[in-house]
Amino acid sequence: MDEESLLLSLELASGSGQGLSPDRRASLLTSLMLVKRDYRFDRVLFWGRILSLVADYYIAQGLSEDQLSPRKTLYSLNCMEWSLLPPATEEMEMQTSVVKGRFMGDPSHEYEHTELQKVQIKEETRLVSIIDQIDKAVAVIPRGALFKTPFGPIRVNRTFEGLSSSEAKKLSSYFHFREPVELKNKTLLEKADLDPSLDFMDSLEHDIPKGSWSIQMERGNTLVVLRSLLWPGLTFYHAPRTKNYGYIYVGTGEKNIDLPFML
Amino acid sequence: MEDSTPLKQKIEHQELGETGRPWEEMVTTSQDPEPRLSEASESEQGPVTGPQPRSSPPGIPQSGASTPVDDLVGPGVSSPPSPSQEPSSTPSPLALAVQDLMAPWQSDKTTSVISEAGTPHLDHLEQSSDKAESTPHQTCQSEGNTFHQSQQTKCHLYGPRDVSYNNSKRKELRFDIFQEEDSNSDYDLAQPESGASEVAPSMLEIAIQNAKAYLLKSSSKSGLNLYDHLSEMLTKVLDKRPENAVDIIENVSQDVKMEHFSKKLDTLQNENEMLPTYEIAEEQKALFLQGNLEGADQEMEDEIAEHSLPNVMESAFYFEQAGVGLGTDETYRIFLALKQLTDTHPIQKCRFWGKILGLEMNYIVAEVEFHEGEDEEEVEEEDVPEERDNGDSEADEDELPRSFYKAPQAIPKEESRTGANKYVYFVCNEPGRPWVKLPAVTPAQIVIARKIKKFFTGRLDTPIISYPPFPGNESNYLRAQIARISAGTHVSPLGFYHFGEEEEEEEETEGRRDSFEENPDFEGIQVIDLVESLSNWVHHVQHILPQGRCNWFNPIRKSEEEEEAEEEEEEEEEEREEPDYIELEVGPPLLTPISEDLEIQNTPPWTARLSSNLIPQYAIAVLRSNLWTGAYAFSNGKKFENLYIGWGHKYSPDSYTPPVPPPVYQEYPSGPEITEMDDPSVEEEQAFRAAQEAAVNSTEENEETEEDEDAEDDYD
Repeated sequence: MDEESLLLSLELASGSGQGLSPDRRASLLTSLMLVKRDYRFDRVLFWGRILSLVADYYIAQGLSEDQLSPRKTLYSLNCMEWSLLPPATEEMEMQTSVVKGRFMGDPSHEYEHTELQKVQIKEETRLVSIIDQIDKAVAVIPRGALFKTPFGPIRVNRTFEGLSSSEAKKLSSYFHFREPVELKNKTLLEKADLDPSLDFMDSLEHDIPKGSWSIQMERGNTLVVLRSLLWPGLTFYHAPRTKNYGYIYVGTGEKNIDLPFML
Repeated sequence: MEDSTPLKQKIEHQELGETGRPWEEMVTTSQDPEPRLSEASESEQGPVTGPQPRSSPPGIPQSGASTPVDDLVGPGVSSPPSPSQEPSSTPSPLALAVQDLMAPWQSDKTTSVISEAGTPHLDHLEQSSDKAESTPHQTCQSEGNTFHQSQQTKCHLYGPRDVSYNNSKRKELRFDIFQEEDSNSDYDLAQPESGASEVAPSMLEIAIQNAKAYLLKSSSKSGLNLYDHLSEMLTKVLDKRPENAVDIIENVSQDVKMEHFSKKLDTLQNENEMLPTYEIAEEQKALFLQGNLEGADQEMEDEIAEHSLPNVMESAFYFEQAGVGLGTDETYRIFLALKQLTDTHPIQKCRFWGKILGLEMNYIVAEVEFHEGEDEEEVEEEDVPEERDNGDSEADEDELPRSFYKAPQAIPKEESRTGANKYVYFVCNEPGRPWVKLPAVTPAQIVIARKIKKFFTGRLDTPIISYPPFPGNESNYLRAQIARISAGTHVSPLGFYHFGEEEEEEEETEGRRDSFEENPDFEGIQVIDLVESLSNWVHHVQHILPQGRCNWFNPIRKSEEEEEAEEEEEEEEEEREEPDYIELEVGPPLLTPISEDLEIQNTPPWTARLSSNLIPQYAIAVLRSNLWTGAYAFSNGKKFENLYIGWGHKYSPDSYTPPVPPPVYQEYPSGPEITEMDDPSVEEEQAFRAAQEAAVNSTEENEETEEDEDAEDDYD
């Protein structure tokens, strides 16, 4: 969620139950502004909170002009002092795939895993990799909020007025906020209906397993909330016909592998 | 295309202006070119000042008679209709036409499209105007002709209208231009064409003609044409004047196209779409208005005396300090919904238990305790009678082999107000919707709920399709999960509750007590203590045994067990062949500190924290369960509250493994009687017989031989 509309966004996303306490909110508002200035970000998003055993991690992301360029991720334990995290790599993902269980709360904690040899994985690495996985898997943006300029960079669409009520209930109006992966696999017929300036990301419709998104109208149909079942804790909200939308992750940072059993 | 016209004409003005009387040459057939020119210049003032202020545009006729635009702008608006030396209608149209040309030219200057469109023409024009002076005016003339031709159809569409110089009407103005020029050209044509030298249309004119005709071509798909679209787009941009218009021009174009399809529906259709919103709003309005009942005064007193409604807002405030909660107005609505619940049912105690998220809808759960003796009657249990029916039906059929299978006896559920059924739970999907009572939970449901993991859909009658098959639908599963969560996560500070002193001494139930009451002498515990040591918190809900009940029920009938005597359903118990010995199940007694809770694979089961590190004096202690993600408890030393907001599942670091089906039941025991053996071969038989004949001789073996022969026959 954008730090500019943080308070409203938190209010809208409160349906999932987890939010922020008043002192954290106040600290965030101040510190994110400073982060934006110091790192010269174009936009700063409050990504969410990872609940760990000792202390929670608060995560923010900074975007540059091109909305789809790789984002810089920062974490903080007290919402005041932010530290930059290294970008995620494939190797990190492989390493963290063997780590199970909750986050400890201490970035320098090391998990030990013994397979062929003893491997030690730092919690910071795990944090980076999990955030990256969550972003790639379930970060959501409504259709029309970004548009692609002919020169390539993706920009925020200032004329985005929000989805209509009927569009808002369909999964196809929401895209993954990442580089498209499945777009090339579409048939030519499907591609013909797409608008290249708006439909340049994967839609949520074809996510596997089917039904891994729960889409609900809350507050009497004035708010549409998408919750991911694959990464429980990710909530995306949007008020139809307004410009308010955003997503936040508040959870333990673990994938719900039991999803196929649970549907 | 039309823009090229004003451009061209202006250019020619510019060019000709240097020579003197552009108007004169332009309108060769006009009778009074000069006055017309002056008219034109004068009447230019009016409309030109009408539209927005602008910098001095180029191409303003520099003729002696025509003053530069600045001067035109300066003086006041004179009425457009010509202070005519020429009372004829055509001069004023012409003048108007010129004004029209001027105005759009000036304002259009700011848009890039026009500049792009204009520049090529400008090039053309400059080239052409370089050639000869006469050509421009001829082009004008012939253009008039061409426009006339192309505008034939449009002529009748756009009748003469008042030329108002509003921005939004600029599009109409452009059509006016054509219309005026039509009449102008008509006029021109009507005039004896002495002056007009009808040179054959040059390449430029044909090009312009073609370009314009192309732009006016209607699209076969949408019925629009580019001409109209561009003009609408530019109108819109000029109206709104956004920043960086060039960057968003594509979006503007899309919006304009979409506006064509704007809903011109009547209100009926719009209502359909918003109907659910309005419905819910109506229901919630009813919530807010429920206070306005008759006899309000007396009810107020009753209400204040009753105390059954919890102070949800206060708890919500504390939970918000911990970062947990549903948002203020949502909580308030839940508060009102709870009030509605307490008003309609005879409830002694009520509590907001929490919210369970579902796929399609969520559940808001209220934990309720009815007044003594005012329990609503429940539907009779059907578990045990069903079992007996099965046995009967088998006896009716003909002689089918009776199975030895005796279904394990269903463990009866606990009576209401005891154990897992201590409280009654009501759920609703959204505050304002009617509350639905959940049925009591049976031990079988709890046992199976432990083995499955399913998402809730939000509809209470959804069947739960799982293995092992869940006995019930979603309302039962929900109830079972609620029971488990309550048993696992409802905690209170040590000393808040204590056992009542007078009871529980006679019963021999291994010291287990099932009831407690508030301790009036509770003095509160320091918040710091609550955070640091988990032994300051105790469970105040009974642990659910593996059997599925809180109080152990021994299915084997033993007369000294008092609990059996309470159950009336156990009269017709089948006798078993083998007396099973079922182990007594014991769970931690009530009011055990949570420090005794088991760890989950190295993670502690609870996380305790202060709500705020910045202001510890007023912070509260927050407890978060790691076993049931979403269960929270807070305490500020004196007060405490529990809440659950989540999906309703237990946490496990390992993935869920569904239980395997039981092994295939053995049909019959295998033994030598039915084990297949190979038939003996011929040699073996002969050898056998030889051996036996050898034994025949002895009289003692006669009987055996017969038996052997019989056996041999059997084998054969």
